[in-house]
This record gives sequence, C-alpha cells and structure tokens, in this order.
Amino acid sequence: MATKVLIPTALRPYTGRKEAVDIEAATVGELLERLTTEYAELKRHLYGEDGKLRNFVNIYLNDEDVRYLKNMNTPLKGGEVLSIIPSIAGGALRRPARHTG
Amino acid sequence: MIHLAASPLAAIRRHAAEAFPDECCGIMGGSAADGVKRVEAVVRLPNGRTDSSHNRYFAPAEAIRQAEADLRARGLEVIGFYHSHPNAPAEPSAYDLEQATWPWLSYLIVSVQGGRPRGATSWTLADDRSGFVPEAISFGLPAERED
Repeated sequence: MATKVLIPTALRPYTGRKEAVDIEAATVGELLERLTTEYAELKRHLYGEDGKLRNFVNIYLNDEDVRYLKNMNTPLKGGEVLSIIPSIAGGALRRPARHTG
Repeated sequence: MIHLAASPLAAIRRHAAEAFPDECCGIMGGSAADGVKRVEAVVRLPNGRTDSSHNRYFAPAEAIRQAEADLRARGLEVIGFYHSHPNAPAEPSAYDLEQATWPWLSYLIVSVQGGRPRGATSWTLADDRSGFVPEAISFGLPAERED
C-alpha cells in the first residue's frame, strides 16, 4: 500500500503541478529516493551537494517530524501521509547577495 | 509577478514596524495562475533567532506547518514568505541567499528605517539556485483597500 506524499507549492513545478503523489516504500528514506528518481529535478532542491537533506527541508509523517521518529529509517506501512514542510531563515547583512536579474 | 493588494501590504508593513528593531517574518498566502501570484492573506510567524533577532530570522517548521494547514482550510496556498530588514536596504543579503531553500516561492523584503517601513522588493530563488531573481510587484488599486 502506498504512502501519500503532499507536494508543497514550491516544488510543484517539478512534479508536473501534482499536489500529491502516491509512492510505495518500506522507509521514509526509500520513499524520498523513489520520489527524487521519478521527479529528478526535485533532487537539487531537497538535497545539498553533500547528499543530505537541506537544513530547511522538514519531513513529517502524519503529524510527526521524522527526526523524532527514526528519521530516514522510519518504517512505512502504507496509508500514511508524508509532508514536505519548509522552514525559513535569513536576515540583513551589509554584503548584498549576487542576483541574476 | 506578485500582486500585493493594499490590505496584505499594510499588514506586512505593520508587522515590520512593530517588530523593529528586530526582524519579522511571515507567510504570504494566496493563489497563483498564469504566472501571477496573488497575496490574499498574511500570517505572522515567530522569529526564533532570539540570539540575534535584529539581523537574523528563523521560522520553525512546526509554525509553518500549522499556518499552511490554516491557509489550506481557507482554500489558500503558501505562495511566499516575507521578512524585514531593520535599518538595512530591501535587498537580499548573502546570508539570505545562503539560507534560501525554496524555488518558485516569493521572498518579499521590507526595509524599515528608524522604525518606519520603507520600500519592499520581491525575489525568487533562481532555478539553478545561483542567486535571487527580482520579481515584479504589482500593487493593489486603492479600491482594494480594506482598512
């Protein structure tokens, strides 16, 4: 049985505008691997160059942050809802960022 | 392009002024169609950077998750985030870029000078994540003013 993955608005341009996709996997890590294999453009936005999830990418299984479960090893039975939740950070510093426009 | 009507813009400016000299942050909720985002609601987020809140902000996932659920219940989506730059220009900093994670979403910055909100600019993260791209803001007509 599949787990439903809710795709946040920021990432829908990379999933053909789908708001949710169903994926069967045994663990959260395996599910994310399959998700980013099927939608390869997601990978650079979810993972840093070190191959780890970016700091401000948070994975919730139903209502629980997987960091408080078994993180990527959290087992899936199917029928759960997995959410990709952003957190954000930044702030003013004197040195401006490079921008492309 | 992002369309910012008078009421949400006023709410963001008010938040920025109230938080001064600290930074504020929040979510812009609304809808997007044909390349235009329309801001229809503003949700304040807590600034978790109590160690350096005058020039840093951090909004935790749990607060965003709750706000996102509340917006969804109203038929709205998260279309961007805003934050303020106290006594600094409305330009993304190198630190903003370093921390930016999310493509497509708007990053709106309001400059606050001496406690008074000044200009606002909006940016999106380039698809290759190399920098911020300026995003045009269309401001609401006076007829849309609700307050």
